[in-house]
Amino acid sequence: MEDNTNFENEVTGVSEDNTDGEKKHGFFARLKEGLTKTRDSFVKNLNNAFTASEIDDDFFEELEEILIMADIGVKATENIIDNLKERIKKDHLKKTEECREILKESIKQQMAVGETEYKFENEKSIVMVIGVNGVGKTTTVGKLASKFKASGRKVLIAAADTFRAAAGEQLEVWAKRADVPIVGSVNGADPASVVFDAVSACKARGTDILLIDTAGRLHNKKNLMEELRKMDKIISREFPDAHRENLIVLDGTTGQNALVQAKEFSEVAPITGIVLTKMDGTAKGGIAVAIQSELGIPVKYIGVGEKIEDLQKFDANDFVDAIFS
Amino acid sequence: MAFESLTDKLQNVFKKLRSKGKLTEEDVQLALKEVKMALLEADVNFKVVKQFTKSVEEKAIGSDVLNGLNPAQTVIKLVNDELTATMGNETGEVTFQPGKAITVIMMAGLQGAGKTTATAKMAKRFKNKGKKSLLVACDIYRPAAIDQLKINAEAVEVDFFSLGSDVKPPQIAKAALEYAEKNGHNVVILDTAGRLHVDEDMMSELQEIKKTVNVHQTILVVDAMTGQDAVNVAKEFDEKVGIDGVILSKLDGDTRGGAALSIKAVTGKPIFYCGMGEKLDDLEQFHPDRIASRILGMGDVLSLIEKAQESIDIDEDKSRDMAKRMKKGQFDFEDYLESMKQMRNMGGLAGIMGMLPGMGVKASDLEGMVDEKKLAHMEAIVLSMTPQERRNPKVLNPRRKFRIAQGAGVDVAEVNRFIKQFEQSQKMMKQMGGNKHGRGMFGGLGGFGGFGGGRRPF
Repeated sequence: MEDNTNFENEVTGVSEDNTDGEKKHGFFARLKEGLTKTRDSFVKNLNNAFTASEIDDDFFEELEEILIMADIGVKATENIIDNLKERIKKDHLKKTEECREILKESIKQQMAVGETEYKFENEKSIVMVIGVNGVGKTTTVGKLASKFKASGRKVLIAAADTFRAAAGEQLEVWAKRADVPIVGSVNGADPASVVFDAVSACKARGTDILLIDTAGRLHNKKNLMEELRKMDKIISREFPDAHRENLIVLDGTTGQNALVQAKEFSEVAPITGIVLTKMDGTAKGGIAVAIQSELGIPVKYIGVGEKIEDLQKFDANDFVDAIFS
Repeated sequence: MAFESLTDKLQNVFKKLRSKGKLTEEDVQLALKEVKMALLEADVNFKVVKQFTKSVEEKAIGSDVLNGLNPAQTVIKLVNDELTATMGNETGEVTFQPGKAITVIMMAGLQGAGKTTATAKMAKRFKNKGKKSLLVACDIYRPAAIDQLKINAEAVEVDFFSLGSDVKPPQIAKAALEYAEKNGHNVVILDTAGRLHVDEDMMSELQEIKKTVNVHQTILVVDAMTGQDAVNVAKEFDEKVGIDGVILSKLDGDTRGGAALSIKAVTGKPIFYCGMGEKLDDLEQFHPDRIASRILGMGDVLSLIEKAQESIDIDEDKSRDMAKRMKKGQFDFEDYLESMKQMRNMGGLAGIMGMLPGMGVKASDLEGMVDEKKLAHMEAIVLSMTPQERRNPKVLNPRRKFRIAQGAGVDVAEVNRFIKQFEQSQKMMKQMGGNKHGRGMFGGLGGFGGFGGGRRPF
């Protein structure tokens, strides 16, 4: 399997620093690999649907199956198919091949992320990373820290997950790996006070980007969500001039609940972007399409592996092209 | 926006049809389309849904749904029965080796599924059963994974074993087993690293462990929020490593947990436990028959009743007495305190809401309305009253109210608001008294409406 070679890299990636040369080589191969898996099952089905030459009920039904199997969700799938039907009627389309192009184009358009969405990377920014338990927040913070540091930014990490056992230690390993300073990480401390201290430290040290790792919390836990609201408020109050970025990390394997998560989290801490993780498995990541379509929140980064360079900017064109090619 | 419950949807479907006088097979198919949507919204795998609805359809057409008095209920019942049949009836559990023999359990799953937490929770559960567990750190990849297990092991006061991150997991497992034999442990739980089911090398590591030591039970930990991919994950783990049971984690979220059905349908393996929170004793026995109503968005009444029985020691007379007085509108602040206590024993308002039929699906809405902190304020207000004031709220004059406000650390306005709401609820209860069948605490619950954050009754 394609993963055999991969594994060695992964292990070294986790336990040692990578050389740059390896990075370059690894990245494209891995992105492609990650996406290939996504693509294989999804596209194989899609191609089946599109090889049927007639546009009839069976065609739409099969299309529905494919989209739903990709976790796009019932509602978003209905919207996509309705739009397609409209186009077919308006443009008198006869071939399934044309439908394919249209479908591709519409998902692309919907998922497109403007370059302005990444402006914060070059500004004085405070990035808070939030999400439910086990989606990969700490790992994402670690990878982002390395990424920003590599592009010459002065980065500070705040360990505001004071709840989960050894979360601070985990983040410290990442901080060391990225060669970035870290504040906080006392188990049981009040996360809001960690945030306060981190923002003060960020101002005092002239940090460019402050990355805040928060504890995983289920969006239906009122008190934990209030805690997050408080943290969000403290940042705004203590450093109103900083560019604010709240990134929600979503597990790519999550189903329809991810929508609810995105909605609920944005209630307490307005979300500016999504990090979609674990996209190197067989999960199809359709939930990203559903969220973009229902909430208009862009996916900014995508995680396709465990190595530092496996967190990449989300490119709608590449992504959709890779899926449909 | 919350999901509209399947019951409501079906009722609407049949309402439209009822005018025709007689339902046809087509009508049933229309209803089944709603069932299909509900299942898909609950993340049940598409293929499983397809099979499932087909099976329900056959039964529906053969039965007397069409002539029934309440077709919506009949269809729901059919669906519910079929769901229960698919999930199986037995509640599975880890089976231990007989006598003093060591039971070796291997945890497996994707990254972030909650293996390490589940490991500690399980050890705690076994400890209560008199087992002596050894938790073994086989995750040598994720930073601080070993620390996390160690801290959790200490928290549940169970022994912990690690050889650091330089020894391969199969060797760690072997050494751990030798250690367990010497130290009198009878359960060894191997906490392995999270891995993708398509990662051949990592999957063969699990096979290696199984070859090196005699693993009695392999448990797959699956996030209850998993979408369509749950089927692939479960199937691959089962085919490549072989699993004996499943732990469904993070079921305390508001996901409807369709993954449970998919996994069961695809692997046939039982779900042993479900993770219901971040505290280390929040691992519960999984009741397959109860997930059905959750998937359909109808709440989990059985668990609620069980919880009530478990955690409330109200004497029957007292509760009957309370119910009687409630009907007469004589519910006083003492009763309020008592009800609050009972409610907290049951896992708080939020916990109860999630289990109530028709509420489960709207949990997110309710969470917004019901603020447990506010409830705490109200309780403080009542606690600041004298026994006389609690029994007879009429004596409350401004001076008393001021004293209460100071005692509770709230504004007088809040005290006033609370008392007013309380009086309104008393009136409401009196009016409903006639048809209120609830007794004891269930009757009491109805009365909380007026106090829930003071916004609107539910």
